[in-house]
Amino acid sequence: MTNDADLPALPDDGWRRLHPLSPVARIGRLIPALLLLLVVQTAHSKVENRTAETDYLVILALLSIVYGYIHWMVTRWRIEGDTLRIETGLIRKDSRRLPLARIQAVDLVRPLLARMLGVAELRVRLAGSGSTDGKLAFLGMGEATELRLALLARHVDTETSVSSNTGLPMAQVPTGRLLASVVLSLVTILLLGITAALAVLDALEPRTAAAAAGFLAVYLFSFAGIIWRRLSGQYSFMAVEGPEGVRITRGLLATISETVPYGRIQAVRQVEPLLWRPFHWCRLEVDIAGATARNQRGEGTSVVRKALLPVGTGQDAWHLLARLLGAPDPVRTPPPRRARLKAPLSFHFLSAGYDDTHAMCVTGRLNRTTTWVPLEKTQSIRRVQGPLQRPLGLATVHVDVAGKRTRAQFRDRPQEEAERLVEDLTALSRTARQVRSPAPALAPSGHDDGQAVPSGWYPDPSGRHEHRYWHGGRWTEQVSNGGRRTSEAATSPR
Amino acid sequence: MRRTEVLIATVVLAVLLGLILVGAQGRLAGLITVLVLAGLGVTMGWFLRRRFRAWRYLERNEDLLVARGVMVQRLSVVPYGRMQFVEVTAGPIERLFNLSTVKLHTAAAASDARIPGLETAEAARLRDRLTELGESMAAGM
Repeated sequence: MTNDADLPALPDDGWRRLHPLSPVARIGRLIPALLLLLVVQTAHSKVENRTAETDYLVILALLSIVYGYIHWMVTRWRIEGDTLRIETGLIRKDSRRLPLARIQAVDLVRPLLARMLGVAELRVRLAGSGSTDGKLAFLGMGEATELRLALLARHVDTETSVSSNTGLPMAQVPTGRLLASVVLSLVTILLLGITAALAVLDALEPRTAAAAAGFLAVYLFSFAGIIWRRLSGQYSFMAVEGPEGVRITRGLLATISETVPYGRIQAVRQVEPLLWRPFHWCRLEVDIAGATARNQRGEGTSVVRKALLPVGTGQDAWHLLARLLGAPDPVRTPPPRRARLKAPLSFHFLSAGYDDTHAMCVTGRLNRTTTWVPLEKTQSIRRVQGPLQRPLGLATVHVDVAGKRTRAQFRDRPQEEAERLVEDLTALSRTARQVRSPAPALAPSGHDDGQAVPSGWYPDPSGRHEHRYWHGGRWTEQVSNGGRRTSEAATSPR
Repeated sequence: MRRTEVLIATVVLAVLLGLILVGAQGRLAGLITVLVLAGLGVTMGWFLRRRFRAWRYLERNEDLLVARGVMVQRLSVVPYGRMQFVEVTAGPIERLFNLSTVKLHTAAAASDARIPGLETAEAARLRDRLTELGESMAAGM
C-alpha cells in the first residue's frame, strides 16, 4: 500500500497522484446501486440462494476496488504554468489541459464514505462547455483545499489576498427552517394529499384503494424522492463571501462546496411561494453562464441554475443581492389598469422597472418571482405585441440574457412606453457593456485628449494583455496576445 | 415575398391532387373539395403575403433590428457585439428561387432574429457584414 511518504520517490517533475484511498472511496458511488440490487434480490429470492448473492456483491466490490486501483495507478496531475494537466487511462490514454484562466468554478464534493476517509473529489468546470471538464477523485482534504485555492487564485484581483478562511458568512439556513420550508412546498402537499385520499378510499372501498395505490405508488415514491433530495442537498446550507465569489457549502450525505463567481451572473431570481409568504421567506436562484460553446441547434447557451439560498428571510436575500448585484432597487411601476383585462390572473404583482445598470421585474401570482438582470449581460431586447394586447394598446418588452428562458419582462406596458423602453434599454445596455471594460476609459498613452484617438490596437492599460482595442473613445473587451485576438470575456472570466 | 408564391404554387398542386383523388368519388364531391382547397390556399396565400410584407430589418450602427408579424408583432434588437454566429440556410424550394434565410444566434435562445427570403447575394453580403461587425464589437457573454 502506497502512502503519502512514498510520493517524493517519484521523479520530482511536479506530477502528483491522487489520494491512495481513492479506490476505496470510489465504492461509495456504487452503494446506492448495491443497495438496490440487494433489496431487489432479497425480495425475489429464496433463502437458500442468499449466500450466492452476498458472494456476488463481494466480488462486485472487489472488482471495483481493483478497477479503482488501476485507475489510481495511471492517473496523475500537475500544474504546468497556467494550465492544470490531468492524465489518466490505461488502455485509452486521456490527457487534458485545463487553462487556469478559463476556469469557471471549482467544486469540492464529499460523499459520505469519502468524508469518513478524509478525502474529497475536486471538479473543475471551464468556460466553453456545460459539464464537468476535469475531475480529480479523490484528493486528501488539505490538498484539495489548497489546489482549489490555487486554481481560483486567477480569478481574484492581485491585491486581494487569498486565504481559505477569510470571508463573512452571508447566509445560512437553520435545519428547522429548511424542514418547515420543505413541508410547506407543493410536493409535500401533493404527497400528503394523495396519501390522505388513499386512506379515505381505503376506509370506504378497500379494493379500489389497493388498485389506486398500486397505480399511484410511482408518483408517491418520486415525490418522496424529490423531498429527500431537497432535504439532503440543502442541509446545513451556508453561503460565505469569498474574494472570487460567493462560496456555498451544503449537503447531508455528500458535502458540496461550490462557488458562484461575481462577474458571471446572468440573472438573479427571488421566488416567494404563496405558502412561504406569511413567514416572509424566499428562495434565491442565480443563472450562471456555464458556456460560450454553442450546442447543436444553437438554442442558446447552456446556463447553470444554482440555488443561492434555498430558503431565507427577506433580509438574507437582500444581503446576498447587495453583494452580488450591488443592491439594485430601481423604481418599479405596475402596468396600466387596463392590463387586467389581458392578464387577469397575474396582474396583481405585475411590475417592472430599470435603472442605469439593472432591469428588474415581478411576475407570477402563486409564486411571486422577482427577476434582476444586469443590463451589461443583455443579449437582445424584444418588443412583442399579441392580438389581445393591440386593441388595449399594450406591448411586452423582453430583456433577454444568455440561457433558454432567462429574461426580464416588462409585461403589458402602454405602447408608447414600450417603444421608449426598447430605445432606452438598448442605449443603457450599450453603455453598461462599455463601462464594464475593466480599465478606466483612459486614452492610449500619447493621446491625452480621448476624443481624437483613432480606433485601433494599443498597449493594454490594465496590463493583463498585450494589446487592447480602442474604439469610439472607449476601451473595448477585444484584446490580443502574441497576435491572437480574443474577447476578454472569454479569456479571463471575472 | 417570392416564398409566398412558392407556397401558393404548392397549394395549387395540392388542389390538383385533391381533384384527381376525389374525382373518382363523383363530380359534386370533387368540385366542393377543390373549391374548399382553393379557398384555403387563397387565404393562406393572403396570410403569408401579409406576414412577409411585415418582415423587415434595419442595420443600425451598433445593432440589428428585425421586425415581423401581423397577428403577433415582434421587434428584436440584437447588438452586433452579442452575436455568437450567423447562419445562412437555403432549403430546396428556396434554392429554386435563389433565396436564403439568415439567422443570428446569440447566447439567449429567445433572441429570435431570423430574416427569411433574402436574395442569395444579399444574404451573403449581410452575413459578411454582420460577421465583420460582430468581430469588431464582440462582447461575448
